[in-house]
Amino acid sequence: MTWTIDGTDLSSRLVMGTGGASSLSILEDALQASGTELTTVAMRRFDAESRDSVFTMLQRLGIRILPNTAGCYTARDAVLTAQLAREALETNWVKLEVIADEDTLLPDPIELFAAAEELVLDGFTVFAYTNDDPALAKRLEDAGVAAVMPAGAPIGSGLGILNPHNIETIVSRAHVPIILDAGVGTASDAALAMELGCTAVLLASAVTRAHDAQAMARAMALAVESGYLAAGAGRIPKRPLALASSTFDGLVAAR
Amino acid sequence: MIESAQAATIVLNGEPHELAGATSALDLVAEVTGRELREDGTPADGGRLGIAVAVNGEVIRRGGWSGFVLTDGHTVDIVTAVQGG
Repeated sequence: MTWTIDGTDLSSRLVMGTGGASSLSILEDALQASGTELTTVAMRRFDAESRDSVFTMLQRLGIRILPNTAGCYTARDAVLTAQLAREALETNWVKLEVIADEDTLLPDPIELFAAAEELVLDGFTVFAYTNDDPALAKRLEDAGVAAVMPAGAPIGSGLGILNPHNIETIVSRAHVPIILDAGVGTASDAALAMELGCTAVLLASAVTRAHDAQAMARAMALAVESGYLAAGAGRIPKRPLALASSTFDGLVAAR
Repeated sequence: MIESAQAATIVLNGEPHELAGATSALDLVAEVTGRELREDGTPADGGRLGIAVAVNGEVIRRGGWSGFVLTDGHTVDIVTAVQGG
């Protein structure tokens, strides 16, 4: 089942990041193994030595590019970075990321919200990377972002989803896609995100920094699909005690 | 005094950069990227450039590069996509 952003249908529910890979060829193998159709890049000053770029590679692979505003601390810098990305990459999609400090890399909610409002007004399709705060998620949706992307845990931490209840609350009240972004460490984290009702999962480090990036990419693709199917399948309720799956009728008893 | 006859110094991607003569944003992008560009800022080889330009913190649209003359003291950023996120 596809999902839709800004009128574009996407089959894969795994959005990939490109940060953290030790080489472009390892990244390319991982992206292909992941089956992703949407992948983030950062915007930085041009460096003649990096001419054989990730941009060229993503075009060659036919993967849609989602520029981000990684590294921005203020709404002002994030808006300028988004505008530069739109001009350079010819897309009005942007992953809005406004961080508070470099130790946690957690979003600064005040600057994030200000930037989201401005970018929506400027015609951007905004994917807002945010804290796992249901109130802020709602405010971002009301401001007109196309997708809300709550963090499971700090970027690159691999701690998984620290507050599943918040993610579930965000999902239950949302009318835009919720994409679990950041914190995924292994496949079960990605599956859990989908089981909680997320539309998609965005991850980078869990794959690009894995010992075998290609294998982990495939694992993530399967986990996302698996979690999505499980979410729609109607899981059994949790019970405090056992419920036998074999009948007790006709039971043999030794004397 | 004829300003255009003097060499101008701009800040290009954080570093001082001397301009030899009258230089447009288009000239500078072509020089920095080593790509031949058409008047509208698209590459002559028909590919995609993947580059954006800001002068003094304002984006200069691709179509406006050729008409934008850089002058002494301009702060120019030429950016592209890199691995990240």
